[in-house]
Amino acid sequence: MVKKADRPIRVLVGKPGLDGHDRGAKVVAAALRDAGMEVIYTGLHQTPEMIATAAVQEDVDVVGLSILSGAHMTLFPRVRDLLSEAGRSDVLVIGGGIIPAEDIERLEGKGIAKLFGPGTASQEIVEYITSWAESRGE
Amino acid sequence: MADRGSHDNWRARFDEAPKRRDVDFVTQSSAEVEPLYTPDDLDAFDYDRQLADPGEYPFTRGIHPTMYRGRLWTMRQFSGFGTAEDTNERYKFLLERGQTGLSVAVDFPTLMGYDSDHVRSEGEVGKSGVAISSLADMETLFDGIPMEQVSTSMTINGPAAMLFCFYVAAAERQGADISKLRGTVQNDILKEYMAQHAWVFPVEPALKIIVDMFEWATEHTPHWNTISISGYHIREAGATAVQELAFTLANGFEYVEHGVARGLNIDDFAPRLSFFWDVHNDFFEEIAKMRAARRIWARHMRERYGATKPRSWMMRFHCQTAGVSLTAQQPMNNVVRVAYQGMAAALGGTQSLHTNSLDETLALPTEDAVKLALRTQQILAYETGIANVIDPLAGSYYVEALTDRMESEAEAVFDEIERMDGVVQGIEHGWFQRQIHHSALRYQHEVEQKRRIVVGVNEFEDSDEAQLEILTVSDAPAEFQRRRLSELRERRDDADVERCLTALRGAAEAEDNVIPAMLDCARAYCTLFEIRHALEEVYGAYREPVFF
Repeated sequence: MVKKADRPIRVLVGKPGLDGHDRGAKVVAAALRDAGMEVIYTGLHQTPEMIATAAVQEDVDVVGLSILSGAHMTLFPRVRDLLSEAGRSDVLVIGGGIIPAEDIERLEGKGIAKLFGPGTASQEIVEYITSWAESRGE
Repeated sequence: MADRGSHDNWRARFDEAPKRRDVDFVTQSSAEVEPLYTPDDLDAFDYDRQLADPGEYPFTRGIHPTMYRGRLWTMRQFSGFGTAEDTNERYKFLLERGQTGLSVAVDFPTLMGYDSDHVRSEGEVGKSGVAISSLADMETLFDGIPMEQVSTSMTINGPAAMLFCFYVAAAERQGADISKLRGTVQNDILKEYMAQHAWVFPVEPALKIIVDMFEWATEHTPHWNTISISGYHIREAGATAVQELAFTLANGFEYVEHGVARGLNIDDFAPRLSFFWDVHNDFFEEIAKMRAARRIWARHMRERYGATKPRSWMMRFHCQTAGVSLTAQQPMNNVVRVAYQGMAAALGGTQSLHTNSLDETLALPTEDAVKLALRTQQILAYETGIANVIDPLAGSYYVEALTDRMESEAEAVFDEIERMDGVVQGIEHGWFQRQIHHSALRYQHEVEQKRRIVVGVNEFEDSDEAQLEILTVSDAPAEFQRRRLSELRERRDDADVERCLTALRGAAEAEDNVIPAMLDCARAYCTLFEIRHALEEVYGAYREPVFF
């Protein structure tokens, strides 16, 4: 387990928007917890404001967002911007869901560091976050 | 009787022989299966009690004496996107190509009871279904489609009664005789709390509105299915086939009990209850699930609830192939998955079927992809011969043994639910949600440990995949809807709107049947959110138990 300032990596898993598909978000949340991270799950139907506020209050290192409704182009960048406005541009924002390839490119341009599509092994997400945390520690 | 000794001999030879495949021999639901089924597995088999002929209690072999000899299953592709105009065009496209029923997919704001111009709708309008914010949108959606003649299924739950009222009011505007309307609203709120999560009100008032629908529709729209009790979303959220079967039937019993508690005659409303199953990859397990479901429902309706009309005992259902089984990797492979799943649905005796499109893990389907999915059903129906013979797998040692096993496993789950004081308690304590989550986790572990192979995902991968053309929905529908709603708010009679909403609140407070007042709201062009909000003031909102 990689730590910064002697604490486990803290992750907020959020479901922005109105879709109720939480299977993936909860499976990922459980995998990150099993990998030794501290995980907070927001529950469903969150606004970007609710997610950004929770991320700041909980002082997380990473925000993982999941959307399967098609609203990712609006809601993912909004969370990213709200975090930056709150002085937390250091927080890693990643996402997943039903996201077409061209949207992935556009989201990466808007500061969503990485998008994980259907069929991603949860271990891949664990490794991505862990290596990000390691490089940040250097 | 079969000679048991001969199976012992086979068993010995089987055990001795080398087996080169190091995999788990389990169903899609991780239930172990034997390498061979024999007459020994059907020891107490009684044809009349367990199967009976098609159209006869307990309907294991199908609900009609003729099944697909009488008429094929309804080919009903779930669709909707953008504005009502966009989707109206898609419906006409599908009807012209031989689709036989409509199935309305609405966007997430509509599913949650928000208007397209509500702040919570931002970014979501028309994205994953069509936006319906008032009667005006419903009128546009069915423009040029005779509502008295088509049968329409609407996937809507939290605000189901509201969309139903828009539909009835739109049919009135077309001059239709509403007593002839045919179709279904999903209206299954219990599985929303368990799995799909598009809820609005707390459990008890939500159930009350559903019983209001049973009561009103029995009298005014007698051919309308008031509910589609759905396993689909429970399965998609991670449940096993047995959990899907048991939780869905338990929800069905809960609705029946609420109807009876209202003082309704079970034989008046039970014939309009319908069901909806997921069809996943495990061919025989899915077929057995559907056969077991019919038998369980019939037995409980007759023996436990005392229904006397055969129509009350019959489980009619729709099927959809499993969206969750589709892969974003090598999406053309999905065509093959869907074809097998569709075949299982037909062999399971479904009344209607949606076949998924190959590109649905990437976006809403393109017109070409939808057409291929529909053609898949037509090939099944017209070329394979499976529609010629009713319940052709009956008597298979494996299928009958699996049907019996799934029935008894479902019965064990019913006992467990009873011990926790019923479905509503189980939902409020998060029991169902946890069970589903645990199954989803187990499945994911199996895939990641390669104990379960998913072609193109963890085996037989391609590194150089070509990208598919996909459908994109722009933000134009949101802008269009905002304009249309603001024009509507200008145009309509404000005093009438206010009077109707006040009457609706009054009906809710007085615990009267809310449907007549809601229908008046629809006719007065009250919007979806206005109706939701009026009721929320009386009923409050549902709060989710959060865990993972």
